[in-house]
Amino acid sequence: MMKRILPLCLVIGFGIILIFTVLSDVQPFGAFPQRPLIDNQSVGQAILENAPRTTGSANVVTSLVWDYRGYDTIGEATILFTAVCSVAMLFRVVRRRE
Amino acid sequence: MAGMTVIVRTISRLMFPFMLLFGIYIVVHGHLTPGGGFPGGVVIAAAAVMILLAFGIESAQRKISVLQAELAESFGGLMLVGLGLLGVVLSLNFLKNVLPLGTVGNLFSAGILPLLNIGVGIKVAAGLVTIFYAMLRVTEDEK
Repeated sequence: MMKRILPLCLVIGFGIILIFTVLSDVQPFGAFPQRPLIDNQSVGQAILENAPRTTGSANVVTSLVWDYRGYDTIGEATILFTAVCSVAMLFRVVRRRE
Repeated sequence: MAGMTVIVRTISRLMFPFMLLFGIYIVVHGHLTPGGGFPGGVVIAAAAVMILLAFGIESAQRKISVLQAELAESFGGLMLVGLGLLGVVLSLNFLKNVLPLGTVGNLFSAGILPLLNIGVGIKVAAGLVTIFYAMLRVTEDEK
């Protein structure tokens, strides 16, 4: 019985902490996000304010993924390519042995 | 794999064009609405896999052969790298947004971002279909 109650208390306590953290920082719907870190010098804030003007994309996520961090996304596509190649290679080897 | 009953076949024949259209919409509007190349490509691949499950592997490979799927995946990858090299040629920076930006919110805006989204959409869709074909080939041989 003790084994079940202790994890339950931990989960409930952690959940309450998370809910209060979110509620203390929640923004009204439609408000422009304000996330200053030190002296209003935040990378996220600068990107949010400048992304539509500098990249021409209405979707800030896309402008991040393909413009600010294009190298990273090309790397992701390379990972997918490698995964597809290795799956094809692996199953071809299995077939030849049979 | 032989395929499924007539109910599944009819429903999936009806659903297939809409799923394809929805996937293409997610890919093409990647720079305007939530979505982009990766999720749109997965939706397109799901449509192809649904046809494969409903009608069997033979009729699916009559629509898209293994070679076509592999070629499309390589084409998507080459399109990404080629658009990156276009930036090198025109302004000495890899993946530089060299095309005109246009008006924010229009379909034809944001320079090379929609083209990159289309490239990665082709790549993801064809890659997942290739993985599915490769795995199915092994289960075919075990029978």
